Amino acid sequence: MATKEDVRKLAALARISIADAELEAFTSDFDSILSYVSQLDALELPKTGAVKPPVRNVMREDGEPHAPGKFTGKLVAQFPQRDGDYLEVKQIISHD
Amino acid sequence: MTKPLNELTIAEAARALRARECTVRELWDACLRAAEARNPELNAYLELFEPDTAAIDAAQRRIDAEGDNAPMLCGIPLAVKDNLLIEGKIASAASKMLENYVATYDATVVRKLKDAGALFLGRTNMDEFAMGSSTEHSAFGTTKNPADTERVPGGSSGGSAAAVAAHLCIAALGSDTGGSIRQPAAHTGIVGMKPTYGLVSRSGLIAMGSSLDQVGPLTKTVEDARALLDAISGPDPLDGTTIGKETYHSVSVPERLTIGVPRALIEQDGVHAGLRKAFTETLAKLEAAGHILVDVELPMSPNALAAYYVIMPAEVSANLARLDGMRYGHAARGKTLLEDYLLSRTEGFGAESKRRILLGTFVLSSGYIDAYYRKADAAREVLRGEYAQAFAACDVIAFPTTPSPAFKFGEKSGDPVAMYLEDVFTVTANLTGMPAISVPMGAVTEGGKTLPVGIHFTAPHGGDELALSAARAVETAH
Repeated sequence: MATKEDVRKLAALARISIADAELEAFTSDFDSILSYVSQLDALELPKTGAVKPPVRNVMREDGEPHAPGKFTGKLVAQFPQRDGDYLEVKQIISHD
Repeated sequence: MTKPLNELTIAEAARALRARECTVRELWDACLRAAEARNPELNAYLELFEPDTAAIDAAQRRIDAEGDNAPMLCGIPLAVKDNLLIEGKIASAASKMLENYVATYDATVVRKLKDAGALFLGRTNMDEFAMGSSTEHSAFGTTKNPADTERVPGGSSGGSAAAVAAHLCIAALGSDTGGSIRQPAAHTGIVGMKPTYGLVSRSGLIAMGSSLDQVGPLTKTVEDARALLDAISGPDPLDGTTIGKETYHSVSVPERLTIGVPRALIEQDGVHAGLRKAFTETLAKLEAAGHILVDVELPMSPNALAAYYVIMPAEVSANLARLDGMRYGHAARGKTLLEDYLLSRTEGFGAESKRRILLGTFVLSSGYIDAYYRKADAAREVLRGEYAQAFAACDVIAFPTTPSPAFKFGEKSGDPVAMYLEDVFTVTANLTGMPAISVPMGAVTEGGKTLPVGIHFTAPHGGDELALSAARAVETAH
């Protein structure tokens, strides 16, 4: 059984706030989903017969880079706050 | 020609354009007029684009100059799911989080279609970030099923399915993570296909579950599904999971298909009686047409949905972590940087996205990862092996696409697990990465309404042509 406190903690880890009014419903949904997927607990998996996909860990060589600034204009246009081509965020280190 | 232009298939429209029975502009206008007339009722499109006159003229010139050598998709107006990027257009994934996000590049599938001369009518509604089976989880209103507007069109590609079924476009693109192309196709009476994992690039698809996602066609016929798939498939340096022809054994298509039927799974409770009857009758017709039915057993299948609802949320929680209100999308501001993240994510995501992010965070957390995520992943590999073994004795495996026909609005939205059970027959193809297709198998009557239902074929890896051939056999037999 998940508690409201568990759900609140998961939400904090996932950078989401769940309002107190919604917490009950989220906890009960969470419980019903977990109880459904918990059938995996009892599942005995056979020792053989597992097959992994053939395409794994695809790497590529570093090739020719594109010209500097080629995509900058389009990307910075999406920034919610900017200072020229810099993305502006709040100060995270305080001097107190 | 007696059919209105918007009701044509890709093949019919391509022929009509080459025979000068209509122009590209007339075809575009017919689709756009139909969309403008019906969209207020259906809400299949979130946005209809202004006509791109240059692209329309270029397509016409190419057809005039090249005739039959022009690509089949040249001049064909398509609808595109709102999680595929078209440069310069909004791609919101039907979420408040990306309501203002303008795509900075073309998805590879969009680029390929542009190169082929295809046209884009608009972006279609969906469940937020492709999470849902009814399009009720869109932040911009539900889409209605053209077969019965009191019912859902399925999801998450519900807008694309409704647009094709109501002839508001010639064909559409969707994405399928657990059934999101095939289930809405079944509920709206059209063809929908999830190709072999890796056959189609996902570059420019807003990621949901990256080991499961595939882009695929929603079309009026199997022939159209093949044409659209041909146009979008192929290796892509921008998606390292794309496959080449050599990745899997080549699969030949026999004249008489051997169709595996997992009877034990279909006879379980929860499968609608009328739908089961349509399934049995369709199989009988296939047998009468010379195809061979064999029983197959897939003992791991009853656990597939549970494994899926561990693996998928795990990947969702990782993929949606990038949406934090910093570089693009919804950006709320509080007193601290942490508050900026919290407010942006809390306001931007809808309830279902939040549920799955929390579930994914849980199954990946220390102390639970072995019991949930690693167990599910191991079950997935067993399932893969089990299907591979079953395909030693048959060419395709048949299921009904869904356990029941389209349901009414609100019927399942209060119970997440009931909604998840919609995907019980479709998720295995995503877990195994095998190609699968849904094709109409007639209809059932429910509450005085005739509702379409679909039959589903899974084929071995790289056997996309087998899946298409089985679907074509159903079209021919009906």
